[in-house]
Amino acid sequence: MSDAIIHEVTQNEYKYGFTTDIETDVIPVGLNEEVVRIISAKKNEPEWMLDFRLKAYRHWTTLTMPTWAHLTIPEFDYQSISYFAAPRKNAPKSLDEVDPELLKTFNRLGIPLEEQKALSGIAVDAVMDSVSVKTTFKETLAEMGIIFCSFSEAVEHHPDLVKKYMASVVPYTDNFFAALNSAVFSDGSFVYIPKGVRCPMELSTYFRINAINTGQFERTLIVADDDSYVSYLEGCTAPQRDENQLHAAIVEIIAMKNANVKYSTVQNWYPGDKDGKGGIYNFVTKRGICKGDNSHISWTQVETGSAITWKYPSCVLQGDNSSAEFYSVAVTNHHQQADTGTKMIHLGKNTRSHILSKGISAGVSQNSYRGLVRISAKAENARNFSQCDSLLLGDKCGAHTFPYMEVNNESAIVEHEATTSKISEDQLFYCNQRGIGTEDAVGLIVNGYAKEVVDQLPMEFAVEAQKLLQITLEGSVG
Amino acid sequence: MLVIKNLHASINGKEILKGINLTVNPGEIHAIMGPNGSGKSTLSSVITGNPFFEVTQGSIEFNGKDLLELAPEERANEGVFLSFQYPVEIPGVSMVNFMRAAINEKRKYLNEPAISASDFLRLMREKKELVEMDSKLTNRAVNEGFSGGEKKKNEIFQMAMLEPKLAILDETDSGLDIDALRIVANGVNKLKTPDNATIVITHYQRLLDYITPDFVHVLYDGNIVKSGTKELALELEARGYDWIKQEVEA
Ligand SMILES: Nc1ncnc2c1ncn2[C@@H]1O[C@H](COP(=O)(O)OP(=O)(O)OP(=O)(O)O)[C@@H](O)[C@H]1O
Ligand SMILES: [Mg+2]
Repeated sequence: MSDAIIHEVTQNEYKYGFTTDIETDVIPVGLNEEVVRIISAKKNEPEWMLDFRLKAYRHWTTLTMPTWAHLTIPEFDYQSISYFAAPRKNAPKSLDEVDPELLKTFNRLGIPLEEQKALSGIAVDAVMDSVSVKTTFKETLAEMGIIFCSFSEAVEHHPDLVKKYMASVVPYTDNFFAALNSAVFSDGSFVYIPKGVRCPMELSTYFRINAINTGQFERTLIVADDDSYVSYLEGCTAPQRDENQLHAAIVEIIAMKNANVKYSTVQNWYPGDKDGKGGIYNFVTKRGICKGDNSHISWTQVETGSAITWKYPSCVLQGDNSSAEFYSVAVTNHHQQADTGTKMIHLGKNTRSHILSKGISAGVSQNSYRGLVRISAKAENARNFSQCDSLLLGDKCGAHTFPYMEVNNESAIVEHEATTSKISEDQLFYCNQRGIGTEDAVGLIVNGYAKEVVDQLPMEFAVEAQKLLQITLEGSVG
Repeated sequence: MLVIKNLHASINGKEILKGINLTVNPGEIHAIMGPNGSGKSTLSSVITGNPFFEVTQGSIEFNGKDLLELAPEERANEGVFLSFQYPVEIPGVSMVNFMRAAINEKRKYLNEPAISASDFLRLMREKKELVEMDSKLTNRAVNEGFSGGEKKKNEIFQMAMLEPKLAILDETDSGLDIDALRIVANGVNKLKTPDNATIVITHYQRLLDYITPDFVHVLYDGNIVKSGTKELALELEARGYDWIKQEVEA
């Protein structure tokens, strides 16, 4: 009985499925050295950047796609997609110049680019089809010495910073997708917070895929110098597509002495339809390094989208007394597959890490947590606490936990707890008896379950995330 | 208000209710007593629409509406409230969010606008006082880590918030300490109006010392085998159920 209810409740179609008609400048499908050169040329890149891309490309050709994740990844032809697309019109200087179609899309998504975000003090760097379309608040930030711009602009205006830090956390040799991204990345965001500066507003970037058969290869680099603080938000929703679309991003974070970086994501790429047709393949490499003593990095992610998610926001705790957190909610429904988690690599003394992972599975989806906690021999008094919870809706979905621990120092304390629970029919009936329909009840219960993680998000993001959790699992039961 | 006729219900093909007839009018308090396993909780589950039970025969009418046609949440929004014998925990869902959702769903059902934040907080405060509910509890998640007695008090608090037309209290007294019993019973009495009705399911006379029933029914093996006034409860307290069983079997 309850399975029937849950089944119906979870048969909801993606609400953000629509595309905008913006003329795009697409280069021919396929990938070879020539394509890498075209991408670099189109972006007027300096020689050193082209060299980096070519090295990455050549390395990539020696690699094969990893198969260790608990994922069934259909055969993917990397020669069948186009590796670059950009809105054809020149980058606008004000909102009036922004393509009205694009603004309409953002509005339908509930992304209040021009008003709410600005009013609430958020600089929005909206990325659409790989090229930055709009950056706000740049001037305010510039006065404090903060750099927040597109990756291309950073290459042009801050080449020394980019050269120094790019690929220092995720080298192009890191993995298959990192090599691919390094070869063909189109654009992304760059953040630099100078010594002693506390960034006064949340920095936010919205990503969106909007061209058929166009891979999306974003690159984000965040550098927080000594004694600085920044909170960075990234959110994505993508329009409905039948073709599967590849997304392979890289995010690198560097936290110097006493620096504190908070990175939050709400990911809502198109997950495919009820029957598992279409959807985004999301293969992301996100890694931060707590380079300086007493530095801190926290990752918070709410993952509701994508047909396939392969993503492990990780931290290297190099500085003594540095600490890192990973808070994650991953929801899978219908035929979605997620293999996500984190790696905490303890190198420095007195380093601490905290992992809180909440998986929610519905439909016939597969949801895995994969985490590695490594304590190196020199990491005296390292501590880790991991909590991995799974919530199942129905009995056709799967939840899996793969915790790996490598402890090479006896002073370490590493703890791992895991739970699996189901939404019980008693809970649903209790809500029903209070006048709350099953659909809303599932939303309430799921949000209660995810609360500890969602609470980590900045306020306005938290509200969006709560809606998203409900929408993702909502159905037609009245 | 509530008219139950020849109600049969079963679970997994096993018949539990075997032809219940019961009429409850506005302003009345009915007590239902009966040995363990006789079907008291089943009756309240069936009235409130728990999908676990299958109604095989009979009818339940509530204020002229066929309850059996309505979804559980619709029955709730029509004004039927159940204080559960075993309230469930809903981790992470704050009492505030839960109650606001419940109240707004009811308002939506009645085509009324959503309650404002200030009105809601005022209502919370007022009802907390009425049933002497500690803010420490209402600031937590629904029943999460509540003691048995605290859960029961929370049921009565929710009843106060929702102001039902028909409240069914399924052994709300069990697990309550002496003071809590008095507080809960006083709460029920304060919420009593000539327009609403209460069904009290209990094993003990001590609750009926506070909440005086107009009628007492004995449920035995899926049937109401005896009905009377409050004196019947006293007699059961004194004599147990054996004589009833003998009467039935005779
Ligand atoms: N889920 C179930 N599966 C099988 N039998 C059930 C189920 N729920 C109730 N029953 C049976 O139905 C009968 C009536 O149960 P019910 O809970 O209504 O009794 P009750 O009168 O409320 O008892 P108590 O005084 O102990 O609360 C019992 O025999 C019980 O075992
Ligand atoms: Mg019972």
